[in-house]
Amino acid sequence: MKFKLILILFILNFSFLYGSENKIDQNLIHKNLRCLVCQGQSIADSNSDFAQTIKLVVKDLINDGKTEEEIYSFLAEKYGEWIVFKPQLNKHNFMLWFLPYLVLIFGGLIIFFLLKKGKRNA
Amino acid sequence: MQKIIKITILGIFFFIIGVFFISLNKNTDYNTESLIGKKIPKVSLEYFNENKFYREEDFKKNNYTLINFWASWCAPCREEHPLLIELSKEKNLKLLGVNFKDKKEHARTFLQDLGNPYDFLARDNLGKQSVSFGIYGIPESILINKDLLILKKFVGPLSFEDMKSIKVIIN
Amino acid sequence: MLSNFGNLLLSLNILLSLTIIYFSCKCLKASGNLISRNIYQISSIQSTLIIICFFTLIAAFIVSDFSLITVYQNSHTLKPIFYKIAGTWGNHEGSLLLWVIILTIFSFLFLVYNKEHPKNFRIFTLIVQNFLIIGFLIFILFNSNPFSILSPIPKEGLGLNPILQDPALAIHPPLLYLGFVGSSIYFSAAIASLITNYSSKSFVYSIKNWVLISWCFQTLGILVGSIWAYYELGWGGFWFWDPVENASLLPWFAMTALFHSLVVFEKRNLFYYWVIILCLLTFILSVTGTFLVRSGILNSVHTFASDPSRGVYILLFLSLMIFGSIFLLFKKYKKANYNINPNSKETFILVNNWFMMFYLITILLGTIYPIFTDALTNNKISVGPPFYNTVILPIVVIFLFCMAIGPRAKWIKNSFENIKFYLLALIVSLSINFLINFLFNSYSALSNLIIISALFLIISSLFDGFKSFRKNKINLAQIISHASFGFLVLFIGLNHIFSIEKDYNIKLGETKNFDNYTIKLENIELENFSNYKAIIGKLIISNTKNEEKKILKPEIRIYENPQTLTYEASIKTSILKDYYLTMSNIDRSEYYNIKFQKKPLMIWIWISVIMIAFGGFLRLFTNAKNN
Repeated sequence: MKFKLILILFILNFSFLYGSENKIDQNLIHKNLRCLVCQGQSIADSNSDFAQTIKLVVKDLINDGKTEEEIYSFLAEKYGEWIVFKPQLNKHNFMLWFLPYLVLIFGGLIIFFLLKKGKRNA
Repeated sequence: MQKIIKITILGIFFFIIGVFFISLNKNTDYNTESLIGKKIPKVSLEYFNENKFYREEDFKKNNYTLINFWASWCAPCREEHPLLIELSKEKNLKLLGVNFKDKKEHARTFLQDLGNPYDFLARDNLGKQSVSFGIYGIPESILINKDLLILKKFVGPLSFEDMKSIKVIIN
Repeated sequence: MLSNFGNLLLSLNILLSLTIIYFSCKCLKASGNLISRNIYQISSIQSTLIIICFFTLIAAFIVSDFSLITVYQNSHTLKPIFYKIAGTWGNHEGSLLLWVIILTIFSFLFLVYNKEHPKNFRIFTLIVQNFLIIGFLIFILFNSNPFSILSPIPKEGLGLNPILQDPALAIHPPLLYLGFVGSSIYFSAAIASLITNYSSKSFVYSIKNWVLISWCFQTLGILVGSIWAYYELGWGGFWFWDPVENASLLPWFAMTALFHSLVVFEKRNLFYYWVIILCLLTFILSVTGTFLVRSGILNSVHTFASDPSRGVYILLFLSLMIFGSIFLLFKKYKKANYNINPNSKETFILVNNWFMMFYLITILLGTIYPIFTDALTNNKISVGPPFYNTVILPIVVIFLFCMAIGPRAKWIKNSFENIKFYLLALIVSLSINFLINFLFNSYSALSNLIIISALFLIISSLFDGFKSFRKNKINLAQIISHASFGFLVLFIGLNHIFSIEKDYNIKLGETKNFDNYTIKLENIELENFSNYKAIIGKLIISNTKNEEKKILKPEIRIYENPQTLTYEASIKTSILKDYYLTMSNIDRSEYYNIKFQKKPLMIWIWISVIMIAFGGFLRLFTNAKNN
């Protein structure tokens, strides 16, 4: 009985997602771009000339129908990968994205074998 | 098995410390050298005085073009201006000035006072075109050749050495 | 004069440390289980002298003795006295002195409070700790000396950055250093334990409270840093995954894993070598963090002014520490036989450690990866919030569920008599989450999972507490910390989902509309203060639904010494939400740029962290009482 209730609630909770749009969040994109003439600030937080220019360009790109990833690629191509706070998935960076999960799996395996051995000794 | 673990751990340790040591002595500041060797993007720069637009083809006729982003409100632009005047005398080089986020009257006064070294004059009112060139500060200059390949990027005002290196390249 | 006195004290302390090491070695060879009186005496003199040395530096700041380079670079006669004092540790050289004080005092206190432990263990701890002290003192004397002199003596100092004149920032270093510098003592104890083969349960008792103390203060130190960032830096956020922030977070994960493992070690005598590794890892991470921050190798808003020579020294010191630890571990490692029942509390604590290591390695990787790509491929990349959020958040969901179930598992053999209860808790969590979606706004799948798992943790912990309160066997500290952690994730999640941010370019007299709000820039005033001029904007935020009006007054401040421009956010904090507004001018335009943010439940985020630390302090208190 309880399981049924949980299942129903689960579906209810996630049913809201059908409504959610895949809209481009301009502010989020601004937050993920680095202001190149500032010390460690994002485009969203800075109001330097450069930040304002980039905001205009991003707006144009969004109006052209570009996706978030395309905008990052475009700017990374012009300014180097340093301008984007999200490391692009290429042969240099794939280690960065995969190593954490490798570690997770590796740790899980260690625990699994530890427990197996421990159980044998019991 | 134990030996493999020990060697791996030591290996990782030496690798990390080694990289740290190299980076200490390295300190590279950020630059946009990544664009060097690539072709310039599609150009659509508005003429300063007319309602026409410059396109990339316009610059294929030149042996070399120096694209200089400047503005009347920018102090270092004044410093580098004499060097631009000097470069304008070079026969092999044409200068394209892009007036960046500026007011026409101020820009005209600037050129009247300090001289106009530009063979072509354009304006980028909102600064959006500059982004296609990877510009992030004023002044900045880009040297391209006949095939529209970017040969060099100069961030900040041109120095005397920069000017000499340009002269070497174009001759 | 102050300079000579300070230098004298520093040199004396090096001598004292050497003396302690000498007498300690002698004491090792002597028979009997008592540590000779003179070691205690020299230790207490050592602590006294370093405190006097520190006060000497403080005195130099208070009287604005600009003959000292450090005072000249970081102070100013017009600075309020509170900030003159705080300026002592707000710079590279002074903060190193703070390092040494904590190293020294902890060394002495550990010696005094652990009399019931084996002599050799205590002696070796003292020896290792004193090597650390000597290492830092040499660094200070020969590379980063706060007492170095400047001649001729300047009339005025360069002043401290006005952003750094903030109460939260003033206490941030002392709190944080009590945390990760404090971890030095169990680093030394771990090495001593390896050398003397002190691997019984009683080893736990010697370091247990020290781990807790450092953990509590580390938590508070991180909190205060975030509060400062929120109130002072003007971007409305409190965590940027900036390398310096990450450097303070890395030891925290190791400490958390450590004191959980200590619980297992104490109860079941398992995982000795893992405990040792964590003890060593914590302080190693602390020194690594210091290296990353002070060597100039990383680019950050927070870095001290960089100097490669510092980096070389710290790197050498760090390498020695790591290499020594690895060498000792290899030599002393003995395979142990143990039995663990997979269905038991120790498994859950293993799981906790597993997640802690995951977080630690992910954040460490993200922080140092740019260094590696730059050194090896000459390509600069940035690793920021998108990376950390994407990689870590999904795992946090699973982690929260484990954290809810773990504490209730029994030692040795657990029986899941509680399934009914967990299902009930899950139902309640799903229902509450549904209500939030329904009554307010819906949000992403990941956010849903985070809210649900956080609620599950809170409900489980609270119910746990209620049940054990009934049985009179309550582990109050654990309940409070775990529930507060759940609340922390919940509040951060809700805050993130329901925050509103708007960015406008606005002119004097103009009004902007969005959602149920209007913002009007009503007035701009110029005011003169003692050491700055301010452009103060008066903005009126009206809620069109309930006619509520709030006035926010952000400032643009122009300081003279040194010449800086800062933007002071106007923040109105209330129980349910914060209104946050920053204003800046746009060059060559009559427009101002304003960033308006409505941030729900901000204050509860701070309160949650305080409660997490409070749980730790409570545990310390009960430990002390039981002894």
